[in-house]
Amino acid sequence: MNLRRFSLIAVPYFWLLGLFLVPFLIVFKISLSDIALSIPPYTPTLELSEGWAGFRDFLSQLDFENFEFLATDDLYWKSYLSSVQIAFISTFICLAIGFPIAYGMANAPKEWQPTLMLLVILPFWTSFLIRVYSLIGILSQEGMLNQFLMWIGLINEPLTILNTNIAVYIGIVYTYVPFMILPIYATLTKLDGSLLEAAEDLGCSRTEAFWRITIPLSKAGIIAGCFLVFIPALGEFVIPSLLGGSETLMIGKVLYEEFFANRDWPVAGAVAVILLLILIIPIVLYQRNEQRQLEAET
Amino acid sequence: MRRLTWFNATSLTLGFAFLYIPMIVVIIYSFNESRLVTVWGGFSTKWYGELLQNEAFLDAAWVTFKVGFFSSIIATILGTMGAYVLVRGGRFYGRTLFSGMIYAPLVMPEVITGLSLLLLFISIGLDRGLFTIILAHATFSMCYVSVVVSSRLVSFDRSVEEAALDLGCTPFEAFRLVTLPIIAPAVISGWLLALTLSLDDLVIASFVAGPSATTLPIKVFSSIRLGVSPEINALSTILIGLVTIGTIAASLTTKRAVMRRRREEQMAEQMT
Repeated sequence: MNLRRFSLIAVPYFWLLGLFLVPFLIVFKISLSDIALSIPPYTPTLELSEGWAGFRDFLSQLDFENFEFLATDDLYWKSYLSSVQIAFISTFICLAIGFPIAYGMANAPKEWQPTLMLLVILPFWTSFLIRVYSLIGILSQEGMLNQFLMWIGLINEPLTILNTNIAVYIGIVYTYVPFMILPIYATLTKLDGSLLEAAEDLGCSRTEAFWRITIPLSKAGIIAGCFLVFIPALGEFVIPSLLGGSETLMIGKVLYEEFFANRDWPVAGAVAVILLLILIIPIVLYQRNEQRQLEAET
Repeated sequence: MRRLTWFNATSLTLGFAFLYIPMIVVIIYSFNESRLVTVWGGFSTKWYGELLQNEAFLDAAWVTFKVGFFSSIIATILGTMGAYVLVRGGRFYGRTLFSGMIYAPLVMPEVITGLSLLLLFISIGLDRGLFTIILAHATFSMCYVSVVVSSRLVSFDRSVEEAALDLGCTPFEAFRLVTLPIIAPAVISGWLLALTLSLDDLVIASFVAGPSATTLPIKVFSSIRLGVSPEINALSTILIGLVTIGTIAASLTTKRAVMRRRREEQMAEQMT
């Protein structure tokens, strides 16, 4: 192996090793340590300087008490469950809103499509924080939405939407729906229109053709879109802390508070490790879907 | 075939209204005279003036700019190298681990990335500040650059590169004269993506930023927690405007490049 090839591989390799993998191993290690009232606020379990004796010590001190603590404390259980629930329901709403938009885009006149595409991408490039912020003014007690609903006479007094879970759902759907639209749109534009014509010639009604041809053929895009919404929504921190209230339990927020407000690093570490374990399932499924799509194209 | 049915027209109108009304409201209220954000008190640009006099915001914007500038350059270089290794690296020890490390940060929740980097910086005794934010941003955005660049590397015809090598180019010359111009659009969009991700990031930065360096998102976040304010509306309008101009310019440039290529191809066809 020559030197140039070695350095080409080594530089990004060691960068990621040092700044991605090693930090994560540190989190894992700290999650197995005990909390201490000092700085840093944990007792290190593994002392590398002590060599083999230190390693033996490490093994004997290794304990899962932080994980046991998570399992016994209601707060964490509820946060994980409600994160999964919020992410799941938001994904479903995103699909219900995103699919008709993607379908409308794919069936719009050809010369409109680049512009429509641009209109979906634009919010995606706009600051995430600003888009969440823009919802605060709409959803607040005296906000636009309440004023509108009272103006059309649907309600008589303002609803409390901000600082509830409903605001969190609206926030996630609003910020993540472009992730749902884009992959579905991509599969729908590839769809061969003559298949639909053939189906109609053979006596299918239009709705039937939609359910039996369009939906199955856009399945890969639907699945990709669902994972692209579900995975980041699960660990979301900004939306629950700005739009949610005290009742909103999401694990990203719990982790942040455990670390900064309670300064309990070992428990924060354990929370992170479990969040990652939960995420592995959808990530593996997503990768498999992408792989299958690639194979289908080649 | 491609007629706009009323169903499609409705879903498009409602969909885009949902995506855009909140942002348009923010833009309109940034020109509101009144400090009350829900009452219209007449047109005024005074909040822009106040924003430009707010030292804390200006300092934070400058920090954000520096972080974005340096981290996106590092990310582009490392990410392009990473893509090259992924697509052209051949077999080497730990290849699976390498591609795993490229893809994993894309799906990693930000709170975990931030937490783990902070714990790393503390355990090696690195002072938190500008430098640590740059390191953190470069790390997660290099993975995005790698993905963008590698999709371009996969799709282009390798024989052009081999021809350059046969004609006496050194591998580095072949990369600089042949490969780089071909993948340049992907490298540029990767760089833009890295820059946007860095300018936008709140969660990772708030973990790894020390008290000495506050980025704009951190500053905005802490003032949003206190409620809606006309200054933030003005700031949002400026940022939305910049992004809009940038996106439209980028799409026009690519459109023109595509048209030019098509014209050149037609000319080449006519000549043969």
